[in-house]
Amino acid sequence: MIYDILILGSGPAGLAAAIAARGRDKSVLVIGNPWQDSPLARAERVDNYPGLPGRTGLELLEELFRHAQALGTEFAVGRVLSLLAWNGFSLTAGSQAYQGKALVLAPGVVRQAKYPGEAEYLGRGVSYCATCDGMLYRNRPVTVVGLAPDAPQEANYLKNLGCQVVYVSPLRPDGLDGDIPCVQAGKLAVKGEQTVTGLEADGALLPCAGVFILRRAVAPTDLLPALEMEEGLIRVDRRMATNIPGVFAAGDCTGGPLQVSKAVGEGHVAALSACEYLDANP
Amino acid sequence: MIHFNKETFDKTLAEGKLMMVDFWAEWCGPCQMLGPVIESLAEKYEGRAVIGKVNTDEEPDLAMSFQISGIPTVIFFKDGKEIDRLVGVMPPDAFIQVLEQNL
Repeated sequence: MIYDILILGSGPAGLAAAIAARGRDKSVLVIGNPWQDSPLARAERVDNYPGLPGRTGLELLEELFRHAQALGTEFAVGRVLSLLAWNGFSLTAGSQAYQGKALVLAPGVVRQAKYPGEAEYLGRGVSYCATCDGMLYRNRPVTVVGLAPDAPQEANYLKNLGCQVVYVSPLRPDGLDGDIPCVQAGKLAVKGEQTVTGLEADGALLPCAGVFILRRAVAPTDLLPALEMEEGLIRVDRRMATNIPGVFAAGDCTGGPLQVSKAVGEGHVAALSACEYLDANP
Repeated sequence: MIHFNKETFDKTLAEGKLMMVDFWAEWCGPCQMLGPVIESLAEKYEGRAVIGKVNTDEEPDLAMSFQISGIPTVIFFKDGKEIDRLVGVMPPDAFIQVLEQNL
């Protein structure tokens, strides 16, 4: 199935984009973390969303989600790990691939700087996906840097493949297999010689063949290196169009104010622009 | 598009031509995404460079000898030696750049 519009991100901007695009009868797939994981879900009270004061962040999100769902939006939960702008757009989440004709980026703010050695050893021992690359590390020692809610499951999966897993995170997470040791550390660096030989965690070296760094999301510029940025934000025009034809962006990734009403408005505009693009490039 | 096994790979490598080899597997989503890109390049460069694929499940020894630790990995060879490698999904231009520099 080739969707009309792929929307990356399940926060207010992504959901508003889905609602607008379904209103124009385009097929829409929203890919992202579970909507409950949006930073908005932690807001105890939102008083500046016009017309609906006093809601919790979670309530607003749930209403947006239900609205998008009722209109026939399709959803896929997962981290988008690679994206290809060629003959339309294809992207992968986990080991699943999806295709679309236009793309709306609404991933929110992806902070997290890279660790020393991470970029250098990417594909030489550094991986962002246990379910994709785990098989290549069977029966070998690996470390999992757990920065996402589903990281413990990925670590358990690696252990079941026969990897000797060490989990690294500031706190031992729920859901981690009891046999997997957890090292509590914050300052990390990937070490290697041609390929990864270990992960340095707060000065102590953990020898391993693979380092799985599992973040909440991959930064848009890592997914689309040609994407133009301006001071860390995706550069867009009034139509929410980026410099890449067919790619639009909305919400916190384009800059402040980091407010629901702004994200929703941008999502709406981005989707309508994507519809126009589709109608002009059938 | 050539699907290499150990024998055909070694034979082609020994010929010393410019080669571009995609190490992939069936179960890998990103590999499936890159597949059509590699195929289109194989057509475009036919007669000028040898472009092929190695299934890492069927040829684990080849994958091991080139220390493949993430797929897709595309390795370029010339005069029988590795000259460059690109890891992950990339647009055709990334591969074209390396091919053109080494033709």
